[in-house]
Amino acid sequence: MAVITMREAISQAIWEEMERDEDVFIMGEEVGIWGGTYAVTRGFYDHFGGERVRDTPIAEGVIIGAANGAAMAGLRPIAELMTINFAFLAMDQIVNHSAKLRLMFGGQFKIPIVIRAVGGGGRQLGATHSQTPDAVFAHFPGLKVVSPGTPSDAKGLLKTAIRQDDPVMFIENATLYQVRGEVPDEEHLVPIGVSKVQREGHDATIVTYSKMLQKSFVAAERLSSEGIEVEIVDLRTLRPLDMGPVVQSFKKTNRAVIVEEGWKSYGVGAEIAARLYEEAFDYADAPIKRLAQKEVPLPYNHDLEQHAIPQVEDIIMAVKEVL
Amino acid sequence: MVNRTKSKRVAGELMDKDTMLDLYHEMVLVRRLEEAFETLYQEGKIGGFLHLYIGQEAVGSGVIGARQPQDRVITAYRDHGIAISCGIDPKSIVAELFGKEAGTSKGRGGSMHLGNTDLNFWGGHAIVGAHMPLATGMAMADKYRGSDAVTICLFGDGATNGGYFHEALNLSMVWDLPILWVCENNQYGMGTAVERASAVTEIRQKAEGYGMPNERVDGMDILKVYEATSKNLDLVRKNGPFFLELMTYRFRGHSIGDPERYREKEEIDMWRKDDPIGIFRKHLLSTNGLTDAVLDNIEAKAQSEIEEAIKFAEASADPSLDSLFDYVYVD
Repeated sequence: MAVITMREAISQAIWEEMERDEDVFIMGEEVGIWGGTYAVTRGFYDHFGGERVRDTPIAEGVIIGAANGAAMAGLRPIAELMTINFAFLAMDQIVNHSAKLRLMFGGQFKIPIVIRAVGGGGRQLGATHSQTPDAVFAHFPGLKVVSPGTPSDAKGLLKTAIRQDDPVMFIENATLYQVRGEVPDEEHLVPIGVSKVQREGHDATIVTYSKMLQKSFVAAERLSSEGIEVEIVDLRTLRPLDMGPVVQSFKKTNRAVIVEEGWKSYGVGAEIAARLYEEAFDYADAPIKRLAQKEVPLPYNHDLEQHAIPQVEDIIMAVKEVL
Repeated sequence: MVNRTKSKRVAGELMDKDTMLDLYHEMVLVRRLEEAFETLYQEGKIGGFLHLYIGQEAVGSGVIGARQPQDRVITAYRDHGIAISCGIDPKSIVAELFGKEAGTSKGRGGSMHLGNTDLNFWGGHAIVGAHMPLATGMAMADKYRGSDAVTICLFGDGATNGGYFHEALNLSMVWDLPILWVCENNQYGMGTAVERASAVTEIRQKAEGYGMPNERVDGMDILKVYEATSKNLDLVRKNGPFFLELMTYRFRGHSIGDPERYREKEEIDMWRKDDPIGIFRKHLLSTNGLTDAVLDNIEAKAQSEIEEAIKFAEASADPSLDSLFDYVYVD
């Protein structure tokens, strides 16, 4: 197994699927000649050409709208949104069209579109460029929402997303692109809608995904040095949500901390906690703890911003509170 | 039923007599369908909103009458007439408005979401302007695959004031896509007159800003609509986007229940003198040696087709409750 970065994993997934299937193409702002704002599609334009690596105007409504239309006509577009914050400019296309067209026309066609969007805070970009609104997208039936936390999952999930026939919001975290991990050399597909135990333990369960998975790994190692062994369940997909491994782990540890980067109100933690209470109330030995971003638009100032985002120390403290 | 796919028509060619009679039948069919819907809506048999095409029939029949079978059609929510022109059986249209499984969209879409992809009709869309980017993408897909299909995208004057219109027109030129943009200028976006909502009242001028060739044509005369469409479809196939503005008028309110405070009865009466079916009928009688009896016969046929369609829809089944989750996801 090769050790590669998250950026390389995502890049490989797109490259391999474009090589495999001519119906797959990528479009978005600066995906072509520039090579991708985050360098994910570097070299693609020269290899695949401008028809399949399509630079677009800065116009998110028509980026997602045209991708929807191309999907209706049978192609398999990957539409890149430079950041997930810009998805709000395309919200009508994502929510009213990607998610709903198939049902509204009685299943006459499919919308096999993958919307890649980069999210997350912590880079001093100000409030409009730093959001983690994953739960917003997970609210809508008809969409699938995927957000990997390791290079291996990023590659396998993205390849699956491109091959399957439903609209997928594929949410990447900008601060994870340099994270390295082992990725299988052979064909590697990870199913959408399957949560995964990423670390075994017996004292408490951390339920998390994406960037917060990486922070939870660090927290888990420090807790381990104090003799506390946490189990980490990585959601990987927010919709459809696979509660199986979450409930199973909670039944074993009887304590849970849910860690997300987005805001707490109406968020991923709210959903997971409610479901745990619905499905495994009798197994709770402590109130379920939610750790999330403080309820504030993220400020530019470094310390203020970091203060608003869950840190490793916060995760450690939260785990200790449920013990 | 009119068979929309039977003849390849040469651009600019005048319609032959059979085509004229087909299209006359089609326009009357649309009129009778819409009149029936008005009654059925008032009887409580149709849910949701109801937007009638009465007055605009020459646009749908003229534009779509001139297309080739490979050409895609996509429109906004005033879509019943467009659906008929695309060749959809009135039975499945009435069934859709009744919410039945036999409807064009299996009772999931309703009045504003008719569609039949086998007939290359890609819907009725209910968010103003939102189908224009979809049209852009479909045309991109056809070009990507080397097809000579044109996407015909119809929209109202109201849609031309929103962002989607400008994003879609711009990209269609940047990517040189085979799209015929057709503005059905019925002079009101709901109850707001064009001059109260648009900085330019001649909508075709907006295409100028994108370097797109354009033309404004009388939308009440099907012969003019047909000819302009045939000619310009040919241009689109060779040269890329074209913008066609068709001047028309809806004789009914925006939707059922519209109090119509925004226009005078005199204005409606003036436009009614230009009834597109009346204009076409006069033409057929004066230049094609047709008799009233022949045309009355066509009208009676249309009337009975609509009656049959209503009977069919009334007798057909609702979707089963077990099917609630069908079509949410493929996988």
